Amino acid sequence: MERRTLFNGRLLPAVLVLPQLAITILFFILPAYKAFAESVRATDAFGLHTSFVGFANFLHLARSNLYQHAMIRTGVFCVAVTVLAMAAGLVLAVFADRAIKGRAIYRTLLIWPYAIAPAIASVIFVFLLQPQIGLITNLLGRLGIDFDYATNGGQAFLLIILIAAWKQVSYNFIFYVAGLQSVPRSVIEAATLDGARGFHRFRTMIWPLLTPTTFFLIIVNFVYAAFDTFALIFALTAGGPGTATETLVVKVYRDGVINLDLGGSAAQSVILMAIIVGLTAIQFRYTGKRAVS
Amino acid sequence: MKRRTLIAAAPATAMVAATARATAPTTITLWHAMSGALGQKLQSIVDAFNKSQSAAQVEAVYKGSYPEVLTATIAAWRAGKAPSIAQVFDVGTADMLAAGRAVVDVWKLAEMTGVAIEPATYIPAVRGYYSLNDGRMGAAPFNSSTAVMWINEDAFEKAGLDPKTPLATWGDVIKAARAVKARGAAEIPVMTSWPTWVHFEQFAAIHNVEYATLNDGFGGPKPKLMIDSAPFVKNLGTLLSMQKEGLFKYEGRDGAPSPIFYAGKAAITFDSSSIYGQLKQSAKFKFSDTYLPYHPSVIKKPINSIIGGAAFWAMTAPHRSKTEYHAVAEFFRFISTPKNDAGWAEATGYVPVTEAGNALITKQGFYAANPGTDIAVKQLTRSQVTKYSRGIRLGGMPEIRVIIEEEWERAIQNGASAHTALARAQRRAQAMVDRFARTAHA
Amino acid sequence: MTRKPDYLAHAILLMGVLIFIFPIWVTFAGATQSAAAINRGDISLIPRLSGLVVFVQALGLGNAAKGGVPVWHMLLVSFGMALGIAIGKIAISALSAFAIAFFRFPFRMLAFWLIFITLMLPVEVRIIPTYSVMSDFHLINTFTGLTMPLIASATATLLFRQVFLTIPDELVEAAKLDGAGPMRFFFDILLPVSGANLAALFVILFIYGWNQYLWPLLVATNGRLDTIVLGIVQMINPEALPQWNFVMAATILALIPPVLVVIAMQRWFVRGLTEADK
Repeated sequence: MERRTLFNGRLLPAVLVLPQLAITILFFILPAYKAFAESVRATDAFGLHTSFVGFANFLHLARSNLYQHAMIRTGVFCVAVTVLAMAAGLVLAVFADRAIKGRAIYRTLLIWPYAIAPAIASVIFVFLLQPQIGLITNLLGRLGIDFDYATNGGQAFLLIILIAAWKQVSYNFIFYVAGLQSVPRSVIEAATLDGARGFHRFRTMIWPLLTPTTFFLIIVNFVYAAFDTFALIFALTAGGPGTATETLVVKVYRDGVINLDLGGSAAQSVILMAIIVGLTAIQFRYTGKRAVS
Repeated sequence: MKRRTLIAAAPATAMVAATARATAPTTITLWHAMSGALGQKLQSIVDAFNKSQSAAQVEAVYKGSYPEVLTATIAAWRAGKAPSIAQVFDVGTADMLAAGRAVVDVWKLAEMTGVAIEPATYIPAVRGYYSLNDGRMGAAPFNSSTAVMWINEDAFEKAGLDPKTPLATWGDVIKAARAVKARGAAEIPVMTSWPTWVHFEQFAAIHNVEYATLNDGFGGPKPKLMIDSAPFVKNLGTLLSMQKEGLFKYEGRDGAPSPIFYAGKAAITFDSSSIYGQLKQSAKFKFSDTYLPYHPSVIKKPINSIIGGAAFWAMTAPHRSKTEYHAVAEFFRFISTPKNDAGWAEATGYVPVTEAGNALITKQGFYAANPGTDIAVKQLTRSQVTKYSRGIRLGGMPEIRVIIEEEWERAIQNGASAHTALARAQRRAQAMVDRFARTAHA
Repeated sequence: MTRKPDYLAHAILLMGVLIFIFPIWVTFAGATQSAAAINRGDISLIPRLSGLVVFVQALGLGNAAKGGVPVWHMLLVSFGMALGIAIGKIAISALSAFAIAFFRFPFRMLAFWLIFITLMLPVEVRIIPTYSVMSDFHLINTFTGLTMPLIASATATLLFRQVFLTIPDELVEAAKLDGAGPMRFFFDILLPVSGANLAALFVILFIYGWNQYLWPLLVATNGRLDTIVLGIVQMINPEALPQWNFVMAATILALIPPVLVVIAMQRWFVRGLTEADK
């Protein structure tokens, strides 16, 4: 990863890196430090009484069934969303890469959903799926399916997985399309034959070439599912029914912002930060390596 | 000598007057959670206040849902940027009263500014909810409602029931629900909005049942919850067995289920009295409301219900001037005048919060012209307020509601008994109360 | 030789397209119907032509009713915010990535790690401390306050660094032989050859900025800085029944600008990612 030819100078690079460094320290390092400081305290909402409690907040989390369940739930959710969204993105990208009529139009029609905000996605699905009166609810009702995400935890969990994946498909589609474009044409053409043999060829010839893209997407999708789905879940179910859709980020928000348990919520933030730094490190190791080759 | 002083003083007086004229009126900010038509009506009250005098201007800002307003207010206060007035929902009352120097209680505000805000002008059930244990008021009551039972009269007729025969007890409700189910008169015989507000908090009030020790939390910082006691188990047990029989359907938390009733899919619902306007606008069926039903085995004659909704709190900030607090107090007094109180209630479906406002509404013939709109006030005022029908003063109340909802939902899914569900809820919610006691009074 | 149409590919792609279009179509159709009908559960899939006027009404109304601002204003704020974040972030991160990739200076690795560990720290987990920092700098309820903390994340820096690392050493040597200083190299060579990557990043960052919800919620303390995403979520506030037709109309309006950006820049977008991904 080391570049051989470099520019000289010490002041210029320092000046160039300064703005980024300044806002990073201001808006990331400082708040992260504050979160850490808060996590070893017990504070009321307005910050009027504060006492040092050591690792009590962390111990409380470690002992809490609800937190453990939220962790497992988040894991399942991330895996499900990642697998679904990536599989759908890959299948669509592979077919959109074939020499078919209207390929450009298909691509456009599959790329634009990237622009949908998670919060807007959930507003749309709240509209479609309102218990008893939503359009899709009624359609399902006619098919004999009693769909009610407000009371059925399994359905609610399935629903947030589907919507989170729905929103993420086009992201994966774009990256797989990009990935496929860098696969040599001759390999693609050899592999486009239909049937089992074609699939076999895809698996043995193209799939290995997509591994870097796939690995990158796994991390990105995981982070998306774990963190960026907050607005989506919160607007749709607020974590319910029961705690069926309460992921770790929803819990941080609920404990910190709604229940005003700042210490406990800060402890959760610290744990989340550790997870993110871990995921980032994995990704970085990987991208760092890739840049060498 | 004296004369010279007077003459000398004259230019000074003129100057003071000129300065006052030249300085812009004090602007105070109000953060609220009133969306849609409610927001419009609030804005018109604010406009009227701004026009009524020239010393102060209120700037009303919609800050999202109740929890969002509270969060934003707290974050802003900690940053020294709190609005002058924040609208905080009923269940945030304990948090606000424990907020110490962040908040100026209304009694203190009145003392400080000399603007009289008399507790006696308010309806007792309203005043009690926002008062300290000794009766001094913490917040200025604003949008208040109570829970009532709403009837879809069309469904009742289809089921062969007379909608004019009031359902007084849960036994009556079950009988009617069975008839609705047998005739298929509505998809859902009985449903509810605000599951915990109606079936725990209101239930406890009208049955005069203790929700938490120390006078439902008014009396001290470390109350013990009583939500696993026999009356609560009986009430939740009734609802769970109705659910099993297909008579009752749990449709979600907070106000989310309400549209199902508006759509005419249910025969009976429990909801805020304030949905009247919405029903009038969108329901395509005849509807009416009546008192919440009771369990005769718990109480012979049910007492008053409690309010829900929100109140205005005066917030502090560094360097906030006396003029600003004065403007806040003037605004509080303005909204509680009979004319404004009655106007708000008539336009929105909330109950009037003052006795005089209620009298004015009656005098204007509003109740007579809109039958059923008086049920809420009658239910709120039907008895002397007791220590269990004044309100519930517990920190972490929003979370306690969610915990009960979660355990209720869990019981529906896994068939657990009311006893088991409430034992779990009690344990989890008590931990919340204890945490609040630890941090707020550390 | 004419090839047989690839029926399987068409079927699968069409299905994919429909899965995305259908909810948007219902949203569009819903916008044209009356609020009362929607609340009764009578939603038709066929738009009511007479209801199309709702889009114009929504532009002017929005949250104006509750002391907020109209939808057109929220769209404008969103646009400014998305643009500000995209441009600000590209400028700041291109410069810092340039410094890290092409120079050796003291504490270079420290700077790099400081930036890098913040890569994906979501705003949700640091919201209250960030707010208090902003307030110390008197940036609450300012446009700077709205955009600056969102410019700070390191994603773009890392992407630029990655792109810059693929620039062959020969190019740098050639520039040095021509006597070009570092800044001339940056503007005349580095930026032009990274054009497609810039475009891809612009799209990603524009969308990122447009789609923010939680930060605007806290930092916009009066309606003047409400963004459209924030406004829409607030319109379905449970304290009152939503006017679904207006909400849906605003939703469609909120989708148009980012979708246009994605579609308009689609070609460079995909190519930029391909090149960054090499």
